[in-house]
Amino acid sequence: MKRFSLFNATSLTLGFAFLYVPILILVVYSFNSSRLVTVWAGFSTKWYGKLFNNEQFLDAALVTLKVGIASSCIATVLGTIAALVMVRGGKFRGRTLFSGMIYAPLVMPEVITGLSLLLLFIALGVDRGVFTIVLAHATFSMCYVSVVVSSRLVSFDESLEEAALDLGCTPFDAFKSVTLPIIAPAVISGWLLAFTLSLDDLVIASFTTGPSATTLPIKIYSAVRLGVSPEINALSTLLIGAVTIGVIVASLATKRAAVHRKRQEELARQED
Amino acid sequence: MSNDPLHPWEDPQATPLIRFENVTKRFGSFVAVDNLTLDIYEKEFFALLGASGCGKTTLMRMLAGFEQPTEGRITLNGEDIAPIPVNKRDINMMFQSYALFPHLTVAENIAFGLKRSDMPASEITGRVDEMLNLVQLSAFAKRKPHQISGGQRQRVALARSLAKNPKVLLLDEPLAALDKKLRQETQFELMDIQEKLGTTFMIVTHDQEEAMTVASRVAVMNAGIIRQIATPDAIYERPNSAYVADFIGEVNLIDGKITSCTETTCTIAWDGGTITAKPRKKLDKGTEVRFAIRPEKVAISSTKPDAVNSVQGKVLDIAYLGNISTYHVETEHGQIIKAQLANAKRLSRRSFTWEDPVWLSWTDTAGIVLTE
Repeated sequence: MKRFSLFNATSLTLGFAFLYVPILILVVYSFNSSRLVTVWAGFSTKWYGKLFNNEQFLDAALVTLKVGIASSCIATVLGTIAALVMVRGGKFRGRTLFSGMIYAPLVMPEVITGLSLLLLFIALGVDRGVFTIVLAHATFSMCYVSVVVSSRLVSFDESLEEAALDLGCTPFDAFKSVTLPIIAPAVISGWLLAFTLSLDDLVIASFTTGPSATTLPIKIYSAVRLGVSPEINALSTLLIGAVTIGVIVASLATKRAAVHRKRQEELARQED
Repeated sequence: MSNDPLHPWEDPQATPLIRFENVTKRFGSFVAVDNLTLDIYEKEFFALLGASGCGKTTLMRMLAGFEQPTEGRITLNGEDIAPIPVNKRDINMMFQSYALFPHLTVAENIAFGLKRSDMPASEITGRVDEMLNLVQLSAFAKRKPHQISGGQRQRVALARSLAKNPKVLLLDEPLAALDKKLRQETQFELMDIQEKLGTTFMIVTHDQEEAMTVASRVAVMNAGIIRQIATPDAIYERPNSAYVADFIGEVNLIDGKITSCTETTCTIAWDGGTITAKPRKKLDKGTEVRFAIRPEKVAISSTKPDAVNSVQGKVLDIAYLGNISTYHVETEHGQIIKAQLANAKRLSRRSFTWEDPVWLSWTDTAGIVLTE
């Protein structure tokens, strides 16, 4: 293998440093025993203990979790249906317009999405709270789900569904017992994407929330405005940990499945 | 002959299982199937043969229920099937891509249709085993489709489409994905299975060899219409048009004019002399005809043979195919006639080579006189 040149090594180091040093500092200082974020005074886990006794943070985490699960479920159902219609619906008048409109929220500035939703909720006289955040999150994450699912549907062999119909399925049964299990990985990743988007959204949530519902990003943001406390560092470290474990598990699982599948295909070829 | 159970199409009293009555299918302005009428009988192995885009797949998809005819009607056992949706039709289809469900095992794939029929759950396992035995895949019941080979997948697809015991099985290019050796073996397996079950099979293919091997009758399709329906030997020996003669196998087509004709024999004048042949009916003097003769029915010799029809030429090209060689012989008038000869001798002892002057000859019954 080609050896790293000095230039390559330097740019690689700098690149990674740029990406990960801030996060590393945050993690390190979450174990600082001092109250001051910038002065190291020895190792301690006391901020984690404090965090778990801080009801405000725990409530906010709970709200975030609820919003995330509810909104990503709604977004997954709606996004999958939209993808099905766009890929399978055949040609109908205004199809290009519709598919463009599904993807428009991807590039829409969040401030505008948030503001327009806020105006809508006020006009309708809806009390703002968990319910309105769920609706807002479902609205903007639906298009992400739709993108993920339709890219899978494009490569889906439609004769599979035809075969199901031919063997006696109703169209709904064919979808449920053939199409859905096959596109399930895409639907699940769509759900995860929607869930992640909902977890870390600050802008849209702060526009559409009410006094009763504070999500974790809103809570962190408002707490930081009063000064960064090591408690926030601890909370952020926990979030980073959760995300890292999630990503590692997911990529290991995908890789194992791919290796397993390849081996079995080779076995089948040898028997031929 | 009229009551021969193996040739129901020759019996005017026989009622067909499937009947296409003046069926037309248009996609926008494109006519895929053009006013087509066709009868298919019970227990037939019927082949639809044609180049891609000739409408054969559309015809089959209309029978399966994926497409509706624009005009005309299709009946199964005398009953119009237009109002019956695809999932209620007593017709199953084997897809070109096999369309095996990747998330289900071989056995679950075969059981898929049975679970959606009125077969009691207790009988399904037995039926699945029976089908697995039929296609010799019992050892692979628990495997997923990606864990078996291409040939095995093809057999699973066959077993799955036959499991519900349909009245008609449609096969869409069923062997196209297999390599040549496996394809030939599988053709015979298909015939065996069809004979064993007595189900009516309708196969769609662009491979003429496949159609000729498996089918009881072959329909040659072109541009939405059927050019000829006949048994494989009749299609080959007695094509009704230059199109069919040219489409199936190799053929020499010689243009000429009738100079004299009776019910049993006629003389055709062409650039290279005259040909004596047997017409199907009496033709008028002066009728423009095409004389079609297969290369293997043309004999080749170095001296003038004692034959009804003969013509002199020189060897232009030789295509060596192993078991046979095709000689391209150019007559004095520039017409190229192909003659096929079995390579009974070793190549080095071949009688003719390039540029050799040779005589071609054939009997009066070897060729066929075409007016279309």
